[in-house]
Amino acid sequence: MLTTSLTSTDLLFMLQGAWTTIALTLWSMLLGTFGGVICGLLRATLPRATLPLAWVLDIFRSVPLLIQFVLFNSLKSIVGLDWSAFTVACVVLGVYATAYCTEVVRSGVLAVSPNVRRASRSLGLSYWQDLRYIVMPMATRVAFPGWLNLTLSVMKDTALVMWIGIIELLRSSQTIVTRIQEPLLVLCIAGLIYYFISLVVARLGNQLEKRWQEND
Amino acid sequence: MFDYVWFDYNFHWRSALKALPDMLGGAWVTFETAALSMVFGVLIALLLTVMRQSQNPLARGVSGAWVSVARNTPSLFQIYLLYFGLGSFGLHISSWAALLAGITFNNAGYLAENFRGGLKAVPDTQMRAARSLGMSAFKAYQLIIVPQLLRIVFYPLTNQMVWAVLMTSLGVIVGLNNDLTGVTQDYNVKTFRTFEYFALAAVLYYLIAKAIVMVARLLGWRLFRY
Amino acid sequence: MIEIESVHKSFGDLDVIKGVSLTVEKGEVVSIIGGSGSGKSTLLMCINGLESIHQGSIRVDGVEVHDKATDLNQLRQKIGIVFQQWNAFPHLTVLENVMLAPRKVRGQSRAEAEEMAIKQLTHVGLGDKFNVFPGKLSGGQQQRMAIARALAMSPDYMLFDEATSALDPQLVGEVLDTMRLLAEDGMTMVLVTHEISFAREVSDRVAFFRDGLVHEIGTPEQVLGNPQRAETADFLKSVL
Repeated sequence: MLTTSLTSTDLLFMLQGAWTTIALTLWSMLLGTFGGVICGLLRATLPRATLPLAWVLDIFRSVPLLIQFVLFNSLKSIVGLDWSAFTVACVVLGVYATAYCTEVVRSGVLAVSPNVRRASRSLGLSYWQDLRYIVMPMATRVAFPGWLNLTLSVMKDTALVMWIGIIELLRSSQTIVTRIQEPLLVLCIAGLIYYFISLVVARLGNQLEKRWQEND
Repeated sequence: MFDYVWFDYNFHWRSALKALPDMLGGAWVTFETAALSMVFGVLIALLLTVMRQSQNPLARGVSGAWVSVARNTPSLFQIYLLYFGLGSFGLHISSWAALLAGITFNNAGYLAENFRGGLKAVPDTQMRAARSLGMSAFKAYQLIIVPQLLRIVFYPLTNQMVWAVLMTSLGVIVGLNNDLTGVTQDYNVKTFRTFEYFALAAVLYYLIAKAIVMVARLLGWRLFRY
Repeated sequence: MIEIESVHKSFGDLDVIKGVSLTVEKGEVVSIIGGSGSGKSTLLMCINGLESIHQGSIRVDGVEVHDKATDLNQLRQKIGIVFQQWNAFPHLTVLENVMLAPRKVRGQSRAEAEEMAIKQLTHVGLGDKFNVFPGKLSGGQQQRMAIARALAMSPDYMLFDEATSALDPQLVGEVLDTMRLLAEDGMTMVLVTHEISFAREVSDRVAFFRDGLVHEIGTPEQVLGNPQRAETADFLKSVL
């Protein structure tokens, strides 16, 4: 396919779509991390009392994301919220990310051995000091690879927001495909962009991890 | 008694419930598709795992590329590529075939990675011990390595099966209309009762996912007594 | 009879065995002692073909172990080996662990294999653990099970690769007792061991390995009681 009708405007359009993908990922991971840390800490420290929370979050991991988008979108109209599709997407993805992030944080906190906590408490640290200076830093290292994986999977899941009318990377490619009828070329470019974003995120994460390990 | 008024919206649960038989039919298609994609996915993943260990650089390259693309691009993209992309070669497949192939591709990539990790987790010394008793390499794999590997990858397999079920919902985007999401969307288009129908679909998906986890847990108890 | 003739073996650039010759007669118990990295464990693995050799030859009952034409699976059936890290099959019960090879390799019937397994397990003192999974056993019990597993194949030779060195001190005795019984029954045994006093007690001959070579060999009284070479004496001093 040496001649193509793909123009630079089309490429720019796709890059704009890619930017939407990245922005969606950033916002929803921000929400998801915030929610995940709170819920994860609660789950780890009060496992019995927060069992209902676990059940609720489990629902978001057991229902297709696509359906969550549709449901929330229609709920929005029912309630009469005047939110943009982008906001809806961020909220749904954010809650979805929270559900997974909670598990990541919880297992990170639980991975800190009780002996370490006993040691820090025996030095006279208060419960909160222990949490802040000992447990959280240690748990962060354990949880980080899981969090990174979550970021990557949320980035890929942003592709579904096309269903509620947002033009992200995949949707922008589809628009171009419909016009120039060269699906293979356009989709491969889209695939490469996804692949590239994944690679950069993974690389950045690994570097961060390595820096921590050097300090250990 | 199923109809409430909330804000200015009348919920029509009763009419949604009338669609239940059709949606259950769709749920069965969903489950079947996911199960089929797992069967093929596991077989291909085994092949990819073997290819990854082989001396042949081409085999290693193909399997490495497969795993890497499957894990680093959206599953919806993978389905798109199969649905629209294959058309470029004059190969037009149905939306169901594209969905099945896409999920299978995705499953195989993720599972191959799990299998590789699982193989690492079975110590080499187990192979040694088996061979020292006079077992052939094949027998050692069959009787010693694979049974232990199975336990290690059992949980990831269950997870992947749940994901496969959730991924089938993407079929509707390439025009599938007989799986759970497809049937739901059909009703939605006809009646515009979006929330009711999709809420019902969500409940069904949840039940399928929980049923899979439950069956897997029971199976796990029976299979792995150690 | 095991005949080892000027065997060489290296891992990459590292020469581990540099020309070892050793003959083990039928019914003989030979202990191999020496520091870590002296090549003694590797030699054991070469005897049943779990490791390849680069030069020399090893014959078991006249069969060349490292000949391509040799059916190693056949040969290994008459050479039992017990590893340092007992290597129990975790997914099988104790009884199944012992029955597996006789059934699947020898093709024995379930009843036949079970009878043999029960006999061997009772012999090593695990008569009450048939249906337990190895994970529930102590290290010493797992190691005794590994011995029973090897014996269930009715081997002509038994190799022990530091069978007690991964065990807690209080568990060493029970495994040595089992090995002692075996020696008294007339089993041909090659043991790589750190238990000098045990080697003295059960062995017909003791070989001191150093730097990939047999440095000194003879009866326990000679090698352990009155070593002729300074390095042997130094080694004995360091472990006693």
